[in-house]
Amino acid sequence: MEEQFAKTEIRKPENIVYKRTDLLVDRPLSYCPGCGHGTAHRMLMEVIEEMDIQDKTIGVSPVGCSVLAYDFLDIDMIGAAHGRAPALATAIKRMWPNHFVFTYQGDGDLAAIGTAETIHACNRGENITIIFINNGIYGMTGGQMAPTTLPGMRSSTSPYGRDVPTMGHPLKITELISHLPGVYYVTRQAVHTPSHVRKTKKALRKAFELQKENKGLCFIEIVSNCNSGWKMTPVQSNKWMEENMFPFYELGDIKVDGKLIEKKEAPVKE
Amino acid sequence: MAKIKGDILINTERCKGCEVCLAACPFTVIAMSKEVNSKGYRFAMKVNDDCTGCTNCALVCPDGVITVYRAKVATE
Repeated sequence: MEEQFAKTEIRKPENIVYKRTDLLVDRPLSYCPGCGHGTAHRMLMEVIEEMDIQDKTIGVSPVGCSVLAYDFLDIDMIGAAHGRAPALATAIKRMWPNHFVFTYQGDGDLAAIGTAETIHACNRGENITIIFINNGIYGMTGGQMAPTTLPGMRSSTSPYGRDVPTMGHPLKITELISHLPGVYYVTRQAVHTPSHVRKTKKALRKAFELQKENKGLCFIEIVSNCNSGWKMTPVQSNKWMEENMFPFYELGDIKVDGKLIEKKEAPVKE
Repeated sequence: MAKIKGDILINTERCKGCEVCLAACPFTVIAMSKEVNSKGYRFAMKVNDDCTGCTNCALVCPDGVITVYRAKVATE
């Protein structure tokens, strides 16, 4: 490691401009190479470090790839039954209203088995933050079709592509819950390029600041890749995500300060 | 005249060789190694001196293995 292209004169502690935050436990992440979970974990921990709320934050981990999040995040964590993280977070927040409570869920957890808990927690306007990682597939169990799988997208249970007449339409749960009055801030971000990572961090920071002010539920969707499930290399999967996921799951704020953002209609060509 | 110079230190044992940092680097400072680490992954390594310390590679690294340094270096 030391023989790397050496320019050691500036490799000093006082010159460090970026390093892995200490709130991530110093052990290898269990995720596949190139998985967006690692970046999302790091951004979350950086926000908690900047706000200095490590001892006042309680996270709820889901069932899915990120079920082991409590092994990596150096804060209080609790594991919920499949899909029930918002219900558990509701209880925690009501018991400790001064603590920061977030759930970290994937699309199979939040949009499939946990749809009822998610929608009702959002409708009640609980003061929690929901972080939703959407990769359009059940990653942990072997790449089966999820509610968020795109039409025509291949998965292990839709090997010829998702056929809408027989398998249904993809569920845009983020748009769905943005219409509920209890939800204060809804946004959709990504973590595959530096600019998207910075925007995601800002969104997470905003969500935790709003939770401090008891404004209502904040919902952050992070569109991520699943290169193992999609059978691609990490760089290919990021490109595929830009070309196929982003036109359907458009990035950007959906609801800010309790008001829906008006979508600009594309000009109609005559 | 002073010039901003950057440097990166990669924890090669933790690198999983996903190559996301290669695509993020604006100066192609990073390349993949020929050797593998103890887990069998080819790891990212610094191959030239053009680093400006922009932190792009460290931001996108899913495993957070990159530490970035930046300093003003006096030149003639």
